[in-house]
Amino acid sequence: MADTSPALNEAGKAMIVARGVRKHFGAIHAVDGVDLDIRGGELFGLIGHNGAGKSTLFKMMLGLIPITAGEIRIDGAPVGAGGGSFRAVRRKVGYLPENVVLYDNLTGLETLDFFARLKGVSPADNMRVLERVGLVHAARRRVREYSKGMRQRLGFAQALLGRPRILFLDEPTNGLDPEAIRGFYAILRQLRSEGVTTVITSHILAEIQERVDRLAIMAAGKVQAVGTVAGLRERMDLPLWFDVRVAPADFEAVRAVLGHLPVGAVEAHDDHVAVQCARESKMAVIAALASLDGKVLDLSVREPSLEDVFFGFSD
Amino acid sequence: MEFSQITTIAGKEFWDRIRNRWVLAVALVFTVFALSIAYFGSAQQGAVGFRSIEVTIASLVSLVIYLIPLIALLLGFDAIVGERERGSLDLLLSMPITRFELLLGKYLGLAGALTFSTIAGFGLVGIVLSAQLDLNALFHYFGFMLSSVLLGCAFLSLAVMLSVFASDRTRASGLAIALWFFFVLIFDLLVLGVLVVTGGQWGGEALPYVMLLNPADVFRILNIFTLEDVRTLYGLATVFPATLAQPWLLGLVMAGWIAAPLAIAAWRFRR
Repeated sequence: MADTSPALNEAGKAMIVARGVRKHFGAIHAVDGVDLDIRGGELFGLIGHNGAGKSTLFKMMLGLIPITAGEIRIDGAPVGAGGGSFRAVRRKVGYLPENVVLYDNLTGLETLDFFARLKGVSPADNMRVLERVGLVHAARRRVREYSKGMRQRLGFAQALLGRPRILFLDEPTNGLDPEAIRGFYAILRQLRSEGVTTVITSHILAEIQERVDRLAIMAAGKVQAVGTVAGLRERMDLPLWFDVRVAPADFEAVRAVLGHLPVGAVEAHDDHVAVQCARESKMAVIAALASLDGKVLDLSVREPSLEDVFFGFSD
Repeated sequence: MEFSQITTIAGKEFWDRIRNRWVLAVALVFTVFALSIAYFGSAQQGAVGFRSIEVTIASLVSLVIYLIPLIALLLGFDAIVGERERGSLDLLLSMPITRFELLLGKYLGLAGALTFSTIAGFGLVGIVLSAQLDLNALFHYFGFMLSSVLLGCAFLSLAVMLSVFASDRTRASGLAIALWFFFVLIFDLLVLGVLVVTGGQWGGEALPYVMLLNPADVFRILNIFTLEDVRTLYGLATVFPATLAQPWLLGLVMAGWIAAPLAIAAWRFRR
């Protein structure tokens, strides 16, 4: 997915670079030696259980908490440096914190006005930003009256102010319904085509795995693996499963054929047989099953899920 | 330092207090109290009506010295810890704003709201009274208003400081009440106690300087008149030597009481 993105080919230089980054809270090593290269224009996922160190890494990238050791560079500028570069970097960045909290007494539009002023951008665009996240109808209502999903969308709108080149989104789809999640990723894809670099954390793997260009799996303060979903699957060399649908009368015949093939576990179910097989035997198994003309009614392949990859790495 | 960042934060804090009618409520409290004291303050002596500016201000001072520190502490105690506890601080700090700009903006916005209510509340009463006051009396009343503003700003600065140090809102509110008790009720008693116990042997010389360590006492001294029959209304402050009681000097001490807690807060808030 990553390599076919025109924006990425155009702006594939390293936008966020972490080298040997550590964060220790006393004896707790929340982040314990992270190296990461996130390219310009990339939609990058940071996956891990709660407490894996994602949010801490995020906060260090934003300069919200000091780095114990190592270095993080955003678009070439080291994070944590004071002076003019601090503001210049911040103006390129949009941030949506986990469980964003906004001001209940302000309206949606006033909220954006406030943050636009802090970011030093004209509030003239604010209505357009609200339109983008689907909140125009509630622009003049107090945040107090917003649902959780609407607050999340307003938080996202705030992150989009000033056309940032980098977006940090911490569990951004919390509280969104499936429809809103689809809309949210549609916006992210659009931003990606505009060359915006997005880093997104999640612990909902199913949601993120088909939507990011690359991802990093974090566990125990370390990045356990980085790559595309396909690349990670391949590297883990996890076996895949065939679901072979057969007529009950033919069960034994099919089982006999499978017995001569390089397959792993074979599980008989009501109307199908589940067959585990190593990746390199995939084509041989398909060919053998295809030869059982008439006996095999249907055949489907189950790839290992990111969950399998994830648990493979983080255990 | 970017001035626009400070004014953005300060503007939000100020308008928040206007919109939720905090400013209106506090101004009303001040107006009602000041009017009651001016017209009914001498009811105990069997008379009703405005007596003199000295008596009025002396009564106002003894009221304001309780009220303004409490209001200021309640206004400021959750300035930072509140944002932290609600979870909105991270987002604010991810903006192109320094921690010092955020802190100063918060303080100035809240100080603006408190100053506005103080001047509106007492100013209204001043206008009502102005028909019965000569220029000299008006000048004293103006001095009282100004010192009330300084008193509020000093305690607000203390409140913002503890709001940076406190780990949660509950602790911050407890500390705010403790500070109020200490400066408004306990401090003078402690000083008096030491004086009495030592028979005036210890601390007598240093007493005026010790009183500068309490912004509430500085406020009291700022409002002392030479009028003898009023001096008794000011308690401990009457022992203050005239040489030290220069308004500009005391104003400077108040400025120190505003700047020092803020500076400590800024130092602590850097990380």
